[in-house]
Amino acid sequence: MPLLEVSDLRMYYVTKAGYVKAVDGLSFSVEKERTVGIAGESGSGKTSVATTILKLLPSNARIISGSVKLQGKDLVTASEEEMREIRWKQVSMVPQASMNALNPVFRVGDQIAEAILAHENVSQAEAYQRAEDLLEMVGIHADRAKSYPHEFSGGMKQRAAIAMALALRPPLIIADEPTTALDVIVQAEILELLEDVKKKFSTSLILITHDLSIISELADEVIIMYAGEIVEKADVYSLYKTPMHPYTQGLLGAFPDIRAPRRRLASVPGSPPDLSSLPPGCSFNPRCPYATDKCRTEEPKLREVSPGHWVACHYAEEIAEGRVKPNR
Amino acid sequence: MEAGEKKEVIISVRDLKKYYEPKLSFSQSIHGVKKQVKAVDGVTFDVYKGEVLGLVGESGSGKTTVGRTLLRLVEPSGGEVLYRGRDIFKVSHDELASIRKSIQIIFQDPYDSINPRFRIRDVVAEGLRINKLYKDEADLDRKVRDALVAVKLTPPEQFMDRYPHELSGGQRQRVAIARALALGPEFIVADEPVSMLDVSIRAEVLNVMLDLKDQYGLSFLFITHDLALAKHVCDRIAVMYLGRLVELATSEELIENPMHPYTRALIDAIPVPDPTAPKLRVAIKGEIPNAMDVPPGCSFNPRCPYATDKCRTEEPKLREVSPGHWVACHYAEEIAKGRKETA
Repeated sequence: MPLLEVSDLRMYYVTKAGYVKAVDGLSFSVEKERTVGIAGESGSGKTSVATTILKLLPSNARIISGSVKLQGKDLVTASEEEMREIRWKQVSMVPQASMNALNPVFRVGDQIAEAILAHENVSQAEAYQRAEDLLEMVGIHADRAKSYPHEFSGGMKQRAAIAMALALRPPLIIADEPTTALDVIVQAEILELLEDVKKKFSTSLILITHDLSIISELADEVIIMYAGEIVEKADVYSLYKTPMHPYTQGLLGAFPDIRAPRRRLASVPGSPPDLSSLPPGCSFNPRCPYATDKCRTEEPKLREVSPGHWVACHYAEEIAEGRVKPNR
Repeated sequence: MEAGEKKEVIISVRDLKKYYEPKLSFSQSIHGVKKQVKAVDGVTFDVYKGEVLGLVGESGSGKTTVGRTLLRLVEPSGGEVLYRGRDIFKVSHDELASIRKSIQIIFQDPYDSINPRFRIRDVVAEGLRINKLYKDEADLDRKVRDALVAVKLTPPEQFMDRYPHELSGGQRQRVAIARALALGPEFIVADEPVSMLDVSIRAEVLNVMLDLKDQYGLSFLFITHDLALAKHVCDRIAVMYLGRLVELATSEELIENPMHPYTRALIDAIPVPDPTAPKLRVAIKGEIPNAMDVPPGCSFNPRCPYATDKCRTEEPKLREVSPGHWVACHYAEEIAKGRKETA
């Protein structure tokens, strides 16, 4: 049994203009000690996947259907009280802007100790000791447990947020754009740290980012999202070697690879999707160079095109084999 | 930049400095504490006609301050900026107004830099109106259309009467380029022009810039934190660290044969979209120190794996190590040849 199994998950926001389909029929699983990377751009719904799993949703969000089974227990039907037990202990999150994850008026060590005390029956001193150990482990000197968040640099705050996510040794951590605001050298350190703690704690990781190079660095499996849906899903080697969805191909063509010869980058034509008014058929069709009438009417299902490689495109095979030409 | 080839210099930056005096606490001021933030500390480079020069650095490196000083949006503490030989800090008010038409800037955030209440036609026409660069309304209309066509917002009629919020981020950034272009500039400072945009649409802005370079011989200073992006967009790249240039070379040369330990560390830290590539390893530790406490000698010495006593006392000058390749490191040659041991 996988550690996490998400089936046909749908989460819509209710707005005056109607439903905004942020997560629209997602199915995937995370095995023990594995890293699943979720890649997407604005409007892809990638961050909503995290907030839906953790049920940290604003009041206008509705989970319409589906299940999220974490070690067999369905989180969708769990009560808020049960969720409070599950968060931190079973699944924790490293948020996008860790400056916001840490409370500015409490010392960093106290905040981590607080999370431990809320879940475990240990003494104050023991909890504080564990907080110091955790900080040491993420590369922050134990003395700095006495510091306030504003006394930390951006990279140290991100390390502290990782320490906090590890505090109750959850089997699953969700990291949402964990390095986005950081300079590249600090980013590399944080990626190294995530890899280390994953091994040390035998943790599974869901890594959410817009950056395909970070996914290739850490992930075992990759999910590419577009307009609330999975358009491609495969193991990391197969996805980068033979990307099959035209959107995945476009994203890789737009991405600057520092090793590659100098070239003009290519853009994916058109604009990111508007989740409140998606086109009929395939959501990507207005931007797709291969789109046909079929794509404008019939929604492609996610299907297994080669073993373990899933694509939601009517023409995945033809495109991969070069049998159809782009029509623009 | 072929060796021996004579290049036309558009902009010359000479020993540019910008120091800020931070507010001190009461006790610091009565104890006579003097502190300065050296945001830019002696930067020298040329921009040639028809090139994109990349200015790359991490946050706090001073790259944005350099860009703004080139338009005299920031007054320098020292040094000069010559536009075709004229020092823009010394020219008369009228002359500066005329130079400003030739030097334009595009900002990071097109949501902030364009007036949301203006129609696109008025956004692009504003500079032409202020500078009275048109004969009559028909001429103004034609100039606006031409600028929109040049940034591939075609047909222009489809965009002229729309408001900025009706456009995508990439289209808005192209409107910002069109607005700059309408004044007939020779040189454009582009300060992180695509960092707010989704990866899939960045190239629509970048390729417009490159087309303008190829077709009209425009020059750009492309300010970015992204060295991988700079490699593909820029002809030459200058790397900044704590207010100083540490290395300057053609893009290929800088990426394939980096000579400054900081440039090498930056390149090593960039992940690539290929799972079969070797995993990242971080050669240097720590973050950029506060610009208020720049260490003596080479400002990179506390993080440098090769630093010696000389590096801790003597500031390395930017020197030409091979034709067109400038490095500010005492041991550039030894490190490049692998003859220098790490400390």
